[in-house]
Amino acid sequence: MMEGENKRPPEAKNKNSLGQRTRNICVDTAVYIILAFFGILWVLPILYLVYTAFRVTPDTGIINTLFPENLQLGFGNFEKLFQKTDFGIWFWNTLKVAACSCALTTLFTLMTAYALSRMRFKMRKPLMNVMLVLGMFPGFMSMIAVYFILKAMGMLNSHLALILVYSGGAAMGYYIAKGFFDTIPRSLEEAAILDGASQWTVFWRVILPLSKPIVVYTVLTSFIGPWGDFIFVNVIINNTTPEKFTLALGLYRLINSDNGAFNTWFTTFCAGASIVGLLIGGLFIFMQKYYVEGVTSGAVKD
Amino acid sequence: MQLVETTERQPQENFRRMGPAARLFGKLKAAVLSVVHGSLATKLSCCFMGVGQIMRKQYVKGILYALLEVLFILFMVFFGGSYMAKLLFSGHLGTVQETEQVWNEELDRYVSIPGENSMLILLYGVVALVMCVLFVLAWGMNVKGSVMNDRLLAEGKPVNTFKQDCALYINRKFYVTLLAVPLIGLTVFTVMPLIFMILIAFTNYDYQHLPPSKLFDWVGFANFANLFSLADGTGFLKVFLLILAWTVIWAFVATFSNYFLGIILAKMINRKRTKLKRLWRTMFVIAIAIPQFITLLLMSKILDGDGIVNKILGVTVYWLGDTKYWSLLPRLTIIFVNMWIGIPYTMLMTTGILMNIPQDMLEAARLEGANAWQIFTKIEMPYIFHVTTPYLITQFVGNINNFNVIWLLTGGGPGDNLHYGVGNSQSTDLLVTWLYRMTTDTNVQYGMASVIGIAVFVLCGFVSLITYNKSKAVKNEEDFQ
Repeated sequence: MMEGENKRPPEAKNKNSLGQRTRNICVDTAVYIILAFFGILWVLPILYLVYTAFRVTPDTGIINTLFPENLQLGFGNFEKLFQKTDFGIWFWNTLKVAACSCALTTLFTLMTAYALSRMRFKMRKPLMNVMLVLGMFPGFMSMIAVYFILKAMGMLNSHLALILVYSGGAAMGYYIAKGFFDTIPRSLEEAAILDGASQWTVFWRVILPLSKPIVVYTVLTSFIGPWGDFIFVNVIINNTTPEKFTLALGLYRLINSDNGAFNTWFTTFCAGASIVGLLIGGLFIFMQKYYVEGVTSGAVKD
Repeated sequence: MQLVETTERQPQENFRRMGPAARLFGKLKAAVLSVVHGSLATKLSCCFMGVGQIMRKQYVKGILYALLEVLFILFMVFFGGSYMAKLLFSGHLGTVQETEQVWNEELDRYVSIPGENSMLILLYGVVALVMCVLFVLAWGMNVKGSVMNDRLLAEGKPVNTFKQDCALYINRKFYVTLLAVPLIGLTVFTVMPLIFMILIAFTNYDYQHLPPSKLFDWVGFANFANLFSLADGTGFLKVFLLILAWTVIWAFVATFSNYFLGIILAKMINRKRTKLKRLWRTMFVIAIAIPQFITLLLMSKILDGDGIVNKILGVTVYWLGDTKYWSLLPRLTIIFVNMWIGIPYTMLMTTGILMNIPQDMLEAARLEGANAWQIFTKIEMPYIFHVTTPYLITQFVGNINNFNVIWLLTGGGPGDNLHYGVGNSQSTDLLVTWLYRMTTDTNVQYGMASVIGIAVFVLCGFVSLITYNKSKAVKNEEDFQ
């Protein structure tokens, strides 16, 4: 690097420097203007969400006026959320389901990825092909059948069913973790095996500790999943039992249950959405480093 | 690892040069011969699972096998067998239909005698079939185990104890332990349901044939014929092509707009001279950090006919409900909203990749006098493209199946005359939302919905097949170990 700078002819640098500087300033300004414009465009809807959550203007029917004359701000919507809806219970339900399915999904995904990446056996390639083919079917094509299977098992309307459905197909998400395991040098486990370690020990003691980025990535994505899903919940949890709802379903039904619901509940919905957004969004932003590492680790191979 | 591989391959070496059919036949013949020439224990194992193991003092293993056989027989006799028999051999999915309601004197109300339930016959039949396949696999393992024992004894070696067997499953056969539970999950929640739904595509299961009160039956390829039929009012072809075209256009535009704009955004934020990188990044990431159902529901309300956008602009535009020009406006709006939730993802990912670009490559280019644009187009872009090909394919397939964006924004609507009447379709429906509506509306059409599901499968398979074969990144999985 140093060599390179020395080689650069000094006079060329001087000749360009003034023109270069004005050009730099122009480019910089343009970039900042673009970034600011789009950045604001990206943040505005979120600001609107939070602003609406704090609006307690009595006449909620005119919610679509941005600054009505009788504007009042306060925590009224949050109070309403906890007193008039089952938000607390929904929250607890979602946390429970997300934590359990996250644990199972992570375990299943990593186990499958490890077996397919580090071990060699006859059925390996066929298995990978089968999973590739299965992945081509739209996910909820099987939803009706899953519904009837759960019904036959007497597990409808239960959180256990949700957890099983969320983590049941985890094996198919092995791809990214496998990409990561593929990049760990073989010599590591060969050394461990020479020392008399079993594959079990290699998996838990050698490979997993080296795989923190992918473990965190899998935990993060599988934990966030249940907070956003309402399709499967909608099928598995009975509409007449709001005490079993998860947050996504509860909030969705809050403003979609009938025509009047939107005007009555929109501010309350925004309050709930703000809480979920703050928690899950905060978690994601806090962990985004791991997210990036996870997404790119499996892919970067050059 | 290498050792394992060679020992596993050796016995099959003879079959190497034959074609697959001959190879399979050869293997089968060898298997049958090894049983015929095998010991009494092996022969008994063929009928009574586990007996061979018990005779060799492998009690735990033997009892487990025996228990498995008993459970399987009980399952088939008392539950699965009858359903499977009806599914496989009767040619119909039940023949006894629920009777008309008749007055019952004793109960003092109208009652009907329940008939057979086609749906349960199909579902439990599939479950029983899958159980049969699993049982045959277990049976094969049991016989093979006994044959292996024969061999060991012939060589004068002792058979494995239970402890040794267990040790095997955390060592050489660790993959069995690892894969067992995930694959059971996959079988129960993905494979079985899929088989069931694929079979549904060959039946007339719809709102006119709803169990338990009505039977449905096999109709062969009638549903597929219907998909390609132009018959007035019922033929699906016209609407199918409309929705297919929109699905493909949508997937294409959504994937590539997010991809390229995301890369440009990442470049802008990650330029050396851009200050406050974290702030910029966070501004965009907030949009994807919040669960999608919230942001999408919010967007649908913001862009509503009397939503806040119209109030601010002082107009009445139905951003998500205007049917003019083949619903052009809703389609564009959807694509823009999708950019809003999609671009930050690419931005985040590209940020990571840009940091990983080998710095010496960039330095060399700079020395050669390449300017920023040349470096971007000639080095960074090809690198990013190479690394993200699998991601791009996943995104494309993901967008073909992108249920959330469409469903939460427009619900597939607005309905228009072009789509009216066939499978409750609407103008911004993707194949998947159409499928979903066909299974949840009042006029359910499970049979046709399954056909659409299979169409999606063919579409995704087609796309993946072409692109995966062309991308090198997928093939060389062992290059980096």
